[in-house]
Amino acid sequence: MPREAISAPTKRPVFQLQRDIRISFPSTSLSVRRALETVIGSLAALSLEPEELGTVELVLAEALNNVVEHAYGEGERGWISLECAHRPDGLHFTILDEGKPMPDGIAPIGLRIPLPEELDALPEGGFGWFLIQDLSHDVQYFRTGDINRLSFRINIGVTLLPN
Amino acid sequence: MIVTVNALRIDAAVAIQFKDQMRAALDEAKGRVVLDLAQVEFVDSSGLGAIVAAMKQMHGGAKLELAALRPNVDKVFRLTRMDTVFPIHLAAEAAVHPHAS
Repeated sequence: MPREAISAPTKRPVFQLQRDIRISFPSTSLSVRRALETVIGSLAALSLEPEELGTVELVLAEALNNVVEHAYGEGERGWISLECAHRPDGLHFTILDEGKPMPDGIAPIGLRIPLPEELDALPEGGFGWFLIQDLSHDVQYFRTGDINRLSFRINIGVTLLPN
Repeated sequence: MIVTVNALRIDAAVAIQFKDQMRAALDEAKGRVVLDLAQVEFVDSSGLGAIVAAMKQMHGGAKLELAALRPNVDKVFRLTRMDTVFPIHLAAEAAVHPHAS
């Protein structure tokens, strides 16, 4: 008689990525779309909730479109590299590009969300950094030589077990 | 009036096109306009900006409302507090004809 499983696991099973995700693509909004598809497809191995995948897709879309629209900008060509590593404390993302540095050399985080009555003064699309800062952790930006390096962690797929 | 978005995404790749189509669709709009987002799975800040732009350009007392937000779209509106700017309905038909059975 086949043996039954001794006890059903009560916590969520731990899934791992086989390897880190590394992709490079040209700086266009359509390439960003395809890159998001690739990353979301690769993360299927982690059996995340749709809501968690939605968070990853949104934060990545904001960070990558920021590169397309501001680091490179209209009519400027360039490459974007994206890396994703699964670690016990979540998903670590690094985005590299060779476009213009961030204004003042810092990522515009730490700003508050505009109030509805301030909308008239708000540039459209000015919500991107609010979403990044709301949904991710440890946001770091460095300019090294000609390279922008933005990294952040998203608190999902966490495998650190509480004591 | 109901305006239905026949797209899976309102993102940076289509935000300008979306804005133009909304301008055309809403040009003569009067009263309440309910934007039916039932098919839309993903909105980023560019898409959100385009929807806000459509709201800002309405005139003559016309008002833009939203309906049928999927969870990931709803989240973008909540996180940016735009859910306090737009009336949001569960379904477009019910928003326009609340007493239909």
